[in-house]
Amino acid sequence: MSEGYTPEMLDQIKKVEESRPQRLSESRAGKAFPAMSMDARDVVLNAYHPDYTEEGRRALGIGPNKDEVYPEELVDLLESRSMLEAVNPDLSTPDYETDVLVIGGGGGGSAAALSAAGEGLDVILATKLRHGDSNTVMAEGGIQGADQEPDSPYFHYLDVIGGGHFTNERSLVAAMTNDAPLIIEWLESLGMMFDKHPDGRMKARHGGGTSRKRMHSAGDMTGAEIMRVLRDETRNRKDKIKILEFSPAVELLMDENGRCSGAVLNNMETGAYYTVKAKTTVIATGGTGRLHYRGFACTNHYGATGDGLVMAYRAGAKLGYMDSVQYHPTGTAYPEQNVGLLVTEKVRGLGGQLLNIDGEQFVFPLEPRDVESAAIIRECVGNGKGVKTPTGRLGVWLDSPLIDELHGPGTVQRELPAKYIQFKRFGIDIAKVPMLVYPTLHYQNGGIAINDQSESTIPGLYAAGETTGGVHGHNRLMGNSLLDILVFGRRAGQSAAKAIADGAEAGAASLDHLAEYGKALSDAGLDRGAVSPMILPNYATDEIRSRRWDVKSPTV
Amino acid sequence: MTKCTEDNKPIMVGDRTIPPPDARYITISIMGQPYEVPETLTILKAMEFVGYQFKRGCGCRGGICGACGTFYRIEGEHTLQTGLACQTVVEPGMILAQIPFFPSNRASELDLETKMPADQQIATMYPEIFRCVGCGTCTRTCPMDIDVMGYIAHFKRGDIMGGAEKSFDCIMCGLCAARCPANISQFNVAMTARRIASARLTPKSEVTTARAEQVRAGRYEPMLAELCEMSADDLKKLYVEREREPDLAKPGEWMPEDQTHL
Repeated sequence: MSEGYTPEMLDQIKKVEESRPQRLSESRAGKAFPAMSMDARDVVLNAYHPDYTEEGRRALGIGPNKDEVYPEELVDLLESRSMLEAVNPDLSTPDYETDVLVIGGGGGGSAAALSAAGEGLDVILATKLRHGDSNTVMAEGGIQGADQEPDSPYFHYLDVIGGGHFTNERSLVAAMTNDAPLIIEWLESLGMMFDKHPDGRMKARHGGGTSRKRMHSAGDMTGAEIMRVLRDETRNRKDKIKILEFSPAVELLMDENGRCSGAVLNNMETGAYYTVKAKTTVIATGGTGRLHYRGFACTNHYGATGDGLVMAYRAGAKLGYMDSVQYHPTGTAYPEQNVGLLVTEKVRGLGGQLLNIDGEQFVFPLEPRDVESAAIIRECVGNGKGVKTPTGRLGVWLDSPLIDELHGPGTVQRELPAKYIQFKRFGIDIAKVPMLVYPTLHYQNGGIAINDQSESTIPGLYAAGETTGGVHGHNRLMGNSLLDILVFGRRAGQSAAKAIADGAEAGAASLDHLAEYGKALSDAGLDRGAVSPMILPNYATDEIRSRRWDVKSPTV
Repeated sequence: MTKCTEDNKPIMVGDRTIPPPDARYITISIMGQPYEVPETLTILKAMEFVGYQFKRGCGCRGGICGACGTFYRIEGEHTLQTGLACQTVVEPGMILAQIPFFPSNRASELDLETKMPADQQIATMYPEIFRCVGCGTCTRTCPMDIDVMGYIAHFKRGDIMGGAEKSFDCIMCGLCAARCPANISQFNVAMTARRIASARLTPKSEVTTARAEQVRAGRYEPMLAELCEMSADDLKKLYVEREREPDLAKPGEWMPEDQTHL
């Protein structure tokens, strides 16, 4: 089935088919396209990676990270006022009181909630959309953990820090790689359906930048499987965990000692605000793909608008690594309906190769993601060897049928079931014809600065997952985000328990920091009348926007 | 995504739909209200195109989260069809309604330590599966093309593993439950079964357990501390010189020369 491609594209695919037998015999002989030297990596990154160019960035004018240069869309959000600044609500009687308030219902938030509940604490988990709506569900390829004989956290550490160009927060890398086998064991005990050998041994594969096979998976929906298991387990802990859906936190509450003492939630369906007084607060609100830096499409969930970053920054939390964004090398470039969506790195882990319009390889398939992305952009834009789609997008071939040739018929459908269905819907059988791919905005490397106990720079405030920055340095390897969220989510829950055991209490709630931030913004001449956090992306056309006569855009 | 013009200058459009000037428009009906939309859009993007800003009914936008289950009919046809709004392309005369939430039954407690046989555990937690009348509506409804009735049949027969595997692609959108005449919440039964099958019926990964015990014993903390203290140049040297496990090495067979850090 290949009627999803135009006749012109099917013609171009013939080049891929012509070169396949030769590539297949080379793969079988263990002969791979040569990987780049460290110098060659630098050359392609500097010339073609969007993070390395000046365009679309500016210096932040306010707060603890003042003068750092970030993507403009993010600076716009941070240089905005709070929607609650001029409201002065009565905060004397909280609507909810709890030990731990977890903001965000993805994998990191759920891990924090389960770990805190496991320590005997009462938890409220407040989330903007449904519990489980997150980038976690979209992580396809796997989760790393050094559990195989030739591997150890030591080698995992080396891979992480090399992949991150040695810019990572080292203590965070140590925490993550050390805990990884514990996370795999925990997920197994919860009844996660890992890909396993008949004797129970985990199937482990290579990913981009790994020295050992330590990628664990559940088909090609590893994140979705992790999320549904964690959510199901959370529902088993109703005694300890209260879930509030469609209730995003919009601001943090601070007490007289500068300690975070909970948050203000907004029930999006009724418009009503509620206050939560919490001894400890964990932000796990995920990434920012939906800010569409430089107009890039993204692989992210609808809710990835960086709300947690904004409220934490306004409360005085320090951010780190916010200048660094990950473009996934293989976003879908065709069909149009799937554009931007992730094609998991597992395709290349299984032996899939990237090819230009002439059916030739031009890059080692498993370089670190930034290098791989830059190499694809160079092949298309620099060398003019990309394939052009009917709508004028560019891409390179990802030869998925090679996988069936290498590992036997049925492998693609068995190992990549979600991707297989996603393309089959549009008349493309990826076991028979290659996919067309191009880099897409994927992951926020930066975020709220934390230490190895998931503590932010604000007392009483913890953070975990994509909303934090440092563990991946300036480039994250595949399979380390599912790991990151669970390691630091669990550590956040444990740190909260420790703090509470040591007597942590929430003082009187206040939103005074909002007015201070607003004044600083005005004083710096940066007040454009914009309000944040964004909460929901707005994809209305200009035509519709112009007809909403009474609406001043609620966000920047 | 970079959209290139003739001279390879990118036009950046984010996720907003900017239809080409020659786009053809068709009429669809969103909950009874007609709208003109470009013909190649998915239901999700068509709804955004006409001005909807989703709170419910939109999630990953990539067919994996189950937020955007949708029922539709084509005007003049009697058949009720289903799809995910983010994955289904609009058709002329499409009359649609999203079902972002449907009431379902989830058995309250899942005990993975129980001694009860797995098939009995499922039968006790979800006795309603035996009311299945075999109509197959669930299977025809599933937007993921899962044989829902088939996996329920596995559970009825006591084949928990078979049913768990068969249900693996489930995204828990709830459309099966919305159409079940026997009031079964199939997707919740399957969730429970997959956890039971994985935790109770699948052998444990012994190498994982062994490694986790080494971690708990603190074996790697000194090695990691050493790496944290190391100069950047020494670290780079270690990185560049690290051995790579061959792609086709069988599990547990290849071992590195440096075994002091295992």
